[in-house]
Amino acid sequence: MLQIVLTLILYLLPLIPVGNYVYRIAAGKHTFADPVMDRVDHAIYKLCGVNPERSMDWKRYAGTLVGTNLVMILLGYLILRLQSLLFLNPNGIGSMDPSLSFNTIISFMTNTNLQHYAGETGLSYLSQMLVIIFMMFVSAASGYAACIAFIRGLAGRTSDQVGNFYSDLVRIITRVLLPFSILTGLLLVWQGVPQNFSGNIVVDTVEGARQIIATGPVAALESIKHLGTNGGGFLGANSSTPIENPTILTNLIELWSMMLLPGACVVTFGRMVHDRRTEPGTGSTVPQPVRQSLTARFFGKEGRSIFAAMGILFLIGLAVCFWAESQGNPLLSDLGLSQSMGSMEGKEVRFGTAQSSLFTAVTASFTTGTVNNMHDTLTPLGGMVPLLHMMLNVVFGGKGVGLMNMIMYAILAVFICGLMIGRTPEYLGKKVEGREMKLVALCIIIHPLLILSFTALAVTVPAGLAGITNPGYHGLTQVLYEYASSAANNGSGFEGLADNSFFWNITTGAVMFLGRYLPMVLQLAVAGSLMKKRFVNETTGTLHTDGIGFAVILVFVVYIFAALTFFPVLALGPIAEQLTLWA
Amino acid sequence: MRDTVRDFLRSARQSVSVALVLMLICGFAYPCLLTGLSGVLFPWQANGSLLTVNGQTLGSEHVGQEFVSDCYLWSRPSAYHYNVYTEDENGSRFYLDGSEFAGLASGSENYAPTNPALTERVEQDLADFLEKNPTVKAENIPTDLLTASGSGLDPHISPAAAEVQVPRIAAASGLSEEKVREIIGNNTEGKLLGIFGEETVNVLRVNLELAQEMGVC
Repeated sequence: MLQIVLTLILYLLPLIPVGNYVYRIAAGKHTFADPVMDRVDHAIYKLCGVNPERSMDWKRYAGTLVGTNLVMILLGYLILRLQSLLFLNPNGIGSMDPSLSFNTIISFMTNTNLQHYAGETGLSYLSQMLVIIFMMFVSAASGYAACIAFIRGLAGRTSDQVGNFYSDLVRIITRVLLPFSILTGLLLVWQGVPQNFSGNIVVDTVEGARQIIATGPVAALESIKHLGTNGGGFLGANSSTPIENPTILTNLIELWSMMLLPGACVVTFGRMVHDRRTEPGTGSTVPQPVRQSLTARFFGKEGRSIFAAMGILFLIGLAVCFWAESQGNPLLSDLGLSQSMGSMEGKEVRFGTAQSSLFTAVTASFTTGTVNNMHDTLTPLGGMVPLLHMMLNVVFGGKGVGLMNMIMYAILAVFICGLMIGRTPEYLGKKVEGREMKLVALCIIIHPLLILSFTALAVTVPAGLAGITNPGYHGLTQVLYEYASSAANNGSGFEGLADNSFFWNITTGAVMFLGRYLPMVLQLAVAGSLMKKRFVNETTGTLHTDGIGFAVILVFVVYIFAALTFFPVLALGPIAEQLTLWA
Repeated sequence: MRDTVRDFLRSARQSVSVALVLMLICGFAYPCLLTGLSGVLFPWQANGSLLTVNGQTLGSEHVGQEFVSDCYLWSRPSAYHYNVYTEDENGSRFYLDGSEFAGLASGSENYAPTNPALTERVEQDLADFLEKNPTVKAENIPTDLLTASGSGLDPHISPAAAEVQVPRIAAASGLSEEKVREIIGNNTEGKLLGIFGEETVNVLRVNLELAQEMGVC
């Protein structure tokens, strides 16, 4: 318990300087890295024929993002299909078959990192680097770029320009992701994560048998996997393996690094919105109080209420998960096996139930998808928490995307409150009208629509049912989890699911693609629509969105919406399993 | 019309070159740089933290191993038997329990808590353990010893799980119980700063010390 609390408190400390640094990069302000990094960036721009000063409107920005991602998908697909012919393949891995390559490449481009292959047998070292590590950088940077453009739109400095996609992409990679990855990569190697290009190691054991041990450029993948909230492991069992995550210290580093940048995103949002309010001549006439509280200065007031709402949702989920796992498995205690350590099936001794449930709650909330224990073996309620958080998809969320989703809910919340008090709703000083509400509603409905309709499809056709490996209610949860993970671009799985088949590869590939790009384009459209409007002056009837009161409203709106859409299916899956387990 | 085509071609060229340049920087230069740096700064860890006794490599500090003899500390059950196998004269590979070797892998059986296969496996392992450790009562066995880890490669067991095996190891190895406890104690690690993580016993390192003590290697 104490270690969970301390881990979270220690997370908040680096968040403030890092959030500030990321904000300065997003806002194009001067940072200490400029003298070196400006040269690197300009070399890249020159090489690619990009003019970073040329700003784009939201349509062009979104088009460029999707277009560039499609080019990357094509390049990556070719490498996966040809990996057996290329170099850096000491373990003699064969080429990946078409449906699995399709699934893998979409999975990594969309920041999902759902893996229907196992790294030990599925990928050459060259593919791990040129496809997986590369995608981990660019998918994270693409999501973050979209978020920055979205915030620029909301903060509304100009009436139509949201920035240059290429320059956002490059700046995030060279100034944030690369230096942070090298630093955490070295820390991980120091703790025992391998980083080499040799083939698998075979040793003779003291009992006269042999053991084969996986190795390779693990640390390089491991650091960006968490920093970019990607989550796809070098090995099949991901961060539960002592090769990817050997000690408690690596576990903490991995936890903090995946929480860092999504949190920093909220800081960026708060600060950029705050800037607009304090700078003269930008429309708003709200007088600023002379003294601001500490949190308001760090997060910006609007950022603070969003951060608080996300924090409340996260803590509730974490508490439920930790409690459920500590209870253990009553069926095993019936056999006479003490359950005082909690439910240890699928968990590592070095992490125990506390660090395992914390990691589970974090990976689902920050949509990373890395696991340090097997989610399929979690107790029913413990496993429902990651499932629910992927269904909500707003509890911090992946790089940038979670924040954009949360803003959709924030607009929904001001709309609902507006209906109750009979006023035109406003958010961030702009009137929210019919067009925005249509886009927001569409954006919010896509996620449950993808999850529920594909789950229904999978449990009605034999090809879908063939994947289920656990009997009873848990089988439905396996299917549900797979699509929730795909639609939320999370990537963790109930790994028992036998998912490397044509049906599963194609359907989850489609869900990941639609779940990533449809909401992103719609969200940019909302920003594009809001930025054209004039700022309205605050009156006594304006709903304040910068206090703890609004955070609580937001939490309720998110839960109510989730209950309305997902409660029936949760009742058939994890809740029914829980009731039978403890009956 | 012509402008649109030219504009499209220009964007396409930019997208392709940005993709290629970033692929080389992130996918090639970065992992190579990290390999170089870690090879210089932490060469032992970068190459897999291999444990060597008298010039012979016997395993990796961070990767668990399966042990079946009574004189060694046993690890937790693993779906892939810690990738430990034997090879017969035909080149066919088998796990130590005689089943076919599945190839290098990691993971668990992914049994849900309600899966009857889980209770069957635990029941079987419990009966086997009690038979080989007649002095132990079922309720004294810590749950980690009979449940599978997530990775199937867990290098640790809890100190309590090591303690229940001490009488068996002492009887089979000819070492005193105090000596066995001392070796286990040497390879037990506490929580980080007394707060984070759990207390762990590294099974492989205990067994390498036991083997040296018995004069096996």
